[in-house]
Amino acid sequence: MGASYGKLMMWFFLLSDAFTFSGLLITYGLVRSSHKAYPGLVEKFEFSTAYWPVPEKVFDSVPFLHGVELPLVFVGIMTFVLIMSSVTMVLAVEAGHRMDKKAVEKWMLWTLLGGITFLSCQAWEWTHFIVGSDTPTKVKYFVDGAWITKDIFGANLHVNQYGPQDFADFFFFITGFHGFHVFSGVLFNFLIYYNTVTGVYNRRGHYEMVEKVGLYWHFVDLVWVFVFTFFYLV
Amino acid sequence: MAHHSHEPEVVVLPPDKAKIALLWKTAGILLVITIFEFIIAFTIPHEYHNLRVAIFVGMTIVKAGYIVLEFMHLRYEVKVLFWSILIPMVFVVWMLVAFVYEGIKMSDINFLSK
Repeated sequence: MGASYGKLMMWFFLLSDAFTFSGLLITYGLVRSSHKAYPGLVEKFEFSTAYWPVPEKVFDSVPFLHGVELPLVFVGIMTFVLIMSSVTMVLAVEAGHRMDKKAVEKWMLWTLLGGITFLSCQAWEWTHFIVGSDTPTKVKYFVDGAWITKDIFGANLHVNQYGPQDFADFFFFITGFHGFHVFSGVLFNFLIYYNTVTGVYNRRGHYEMVEKVGLYWHFVDLVWVFVFTFFYLV
Repeated sequence: MAHHSHEPEVVVLPPDKAKIALLWKTAGILLVITIFEFIIAFTIPHEYHNLRVAIFVGMTIVKAGYIVLEFMHLRYEVKVLFWSILIPMVFVVWMLVAFVYEGIKMSDINFLSK
């Protein structure tokens, strides 16, 4: 097909990985559309397990700005960081085509920085989601034949203050699976950087490994574009 | 310096200015689309849910197109490779439509039973 064996196999791996992510996101679509949507005005939105939450009301915090409502700003910064690291990656690939070792090193370092920044942002985002807001949500549970009400802060795989339990579960599974891809991408990028510095690709005579790992890194960015739309915007 | 003799002589080519400019332009387009999405998110009210979703999905497909075609270089690959990646995605689109439709029907049933 005009591409080397390694590149071809990376493409087909990414196709199968795309199916996996599609499976997660489509299941999210199924479960979300089977829940009741929030019926009232968005300005008066309150957390309740009776309906699916409005995402911009859940993700409205930014580090160091406690109590300030900034919907989707932090996740916007994360999107920016990941797109920029995709750009620096493609510049590393371009430098590799020219056998420019110094430029590959420079752009791989920027790409690594972008990946690590994104992961750090996600760590903060998860912590915030798990710890919860200042005021709890009253959630009803059916225990030993009677309804009881509990104050719930934050969310995990058992409780969720933001809405139906499925909302929290999908948040952890989808952003977690994507975050794990970013994490392994950072490891691969470091390997590429290390091999470039030690001159492995100069001795090999080509920088095709940068291209192959680059494909993987762009794919991670691609998945985030879909997660961003379907989990945070819609 | 005999121990350095195994390091090959590498010819470094000058930067491909046109290509680098195209990459930065692509990045610019991606950022502009993302900013546009934010403007939509805070200007079109939630009452127009379907319009919002249509715009967001459309913009996402445009962004995905730029990433796959330019950054992942698929536009410049052989046509056979191009189509063997894109055609299987038809099944994903079908699965998405089928399952979201199923979900809406499930919510109708739940609603009636209450």
